[in-house]
Amino acid sequence: MDDLYRELIIDRYKNPLYRGELEPHDISFEDENPLCGDFIRIDLRLDEEGQVKEAAFSGHGCAISQASADLLIESVQGKNLDEIKALTKEDVLEMLGLELGPVRLKCALLSLKVLKAGAYGLGEASDELVD
Amino acid sequence: MLDVTRIRADFPILTREVRPGVPLVYLDSTATSQKPLAVIQAMDEFYRHSNANIHRGIHVLAEEATAQYEAARQKVAKFIGAASPRQVIFTRNTTEAINLVAYTWGRANLHAGEIIVLTEMEHHSNLVPWQILAAERDVRLEFIPVGDDGLLDLQAYQKLLELGPRLVSFTHMSNVLGTITPAARIIQMAHQAGAVTLVDGAQSVPHFMVDVQALDADFLAFSGHKMCGPTGIGVLYGRKELLEVMPPFMGGGEMIRKVHLRSFVPNELPHKFEAGTPAIAEAVGLGEAVDYLTSTGMDAIAAHEREIVAYTLERLEEIPGVLVYGPTAEHRGGVAAFTLAGVHPHDISQILDSQGIAIRAGHHCAMPLHEKYNLPATARASFYLYNTFQEVDKLAEAIYKVKEIFGS
Repeated sequence: MDDLYRELIIDRYKNPLYRGELEPHDISFEDENPLCGDFIRIDLRLDEEGQVKEAAFSGHGCAISQASADLLIESVQGKNLDEIKALTKEDVLEMLGLELGPVRLKCALLSLKVLKAGAYGLGEASDELVD
Repeated sequence: MLDVTRIRADFPILTREVRPGVPLVYLDSTATSQKPLAVIQAMDEFYRHSNANIHRGIHVLAEEATAQYEAARQKVAKFIGAASPRQVIFTRNTTEAINLVAYTWGRANLHAGEIIVLTEMEHHSNLVPWQILAAERDVRLEFIPVGDDGLLDLQAYQKLLELGPRLVSFTHMSNVLGTITPAARIIQMAHQAGAVTLVDGAQSVPHFMVDVQALDADFLAFSGHKMCGPTGIGVLYGRKELLEVMPPFMGGGEMIRKVHLRSFVPNELPHKFEAGTPAIAEAVGLGEAVDYLTSTGMDAIAAHEREIVAYTLERLEEIPGVLVYGPTAEHRGGVAAFTLAGVHPHDISQILDSQGIAIRAGHHCAMPLHEKYNLPATARASFYLYNTFQEVDKLAEAIYKVKEIFGS
């Protein structure tokens, strides 16, 4: 368990590097995990080639949800939308260095779900995005 | 006084370790209770010895199964002080019982512009069925406010009654704040205003004596699995005059007296509301759970939980950064919802789990209440007859450990 709360997670939870909102932005999407009330909004700014120039997240929730959002945002710098669409659950778990049960998986994957729904320009986020 | 050591020996699951060397500390009975061996064995015995479908078979097994199912109904009726077992309808759970009233009584009786009064601390199961009905029938919902003290504002309630509501549907005990509501008073006031009443007894019936006649309740809904019984079985109690004129809920076998190709005549109470093969073994298990609670003594269980929760408030409130929500111990059942500054309840729950302590984190199916208090979530410890003071100590120690990990 205490692995779950490794220094990286606690540190990124308490001192996130990419917390904020971007106004204006090219892409913005938000969603919540109704089970636990975790909430994530992600804003992206793209350059002329369609690559992520700036990215930020905002919201509230548990250490796992917020730390994974911060790590995910870090990882998308310079990526284009196709690369973002190709991100998977495994990518996020690798960043976190964690194995998670089904309940906490939802916390960890909320930010990816929001990011991909935004990249696809969907009206609504779906769990299928992160299966 | 409860002999908690003896009681714990009745619950096989309480002896397990969550992982090697880590015993289970189960503080989530508000979500579902654990089951005594007697209940598990009664269901096992039913399937080994008496299993058959009920009510129509003319053979020994069918007769035994029917007798056991109906005996369970009688036990439940006696347990809640119902005048007749015919007023006890078996449902799947509290949620289905409330939906039954919303779909039948509600649709037969409520018209555009009429009012239903609820409270701000309802579980979603006593909120969403009325929202669905409100949207369909253009009915208005009004809410008795909850104060910062976790208690209902009865003066505001009196004002709402002046609007002439048709129904007052309210929780007998909040599954988040633990508030025990003054049900008899709420019902008496509703009746003076000509309203019908529904009591959500999901958290009250398992934990203290609830007598429908003493309360003068029109409807009472509760679940078996929160009172030492199995999942899949719940109860709707109703006043006979109301149940008799209500249209049926689901159509199918058992709920009919006669069926023609284009029409049917509904069965008598309670069968009118029990379409299809019911949860027979589960009813038998619930009957056994009622026997178990009765022989243990509901007053002794309530007294034990009062002491445990008072001690919990004391231990939690001494921890810097911990805030406990809800009323003082005298108005509270065995529930303590809390937050710890700087740590999300899910993280609290996860770290407690590593020490074998099962609590609940989230909005506990009461999102509007959390919105009111401006909380995304809370952590909740809840208690039942098998919990000990030592378990409360373990809870407090584990919260200190959370503070250590988060440096808060």
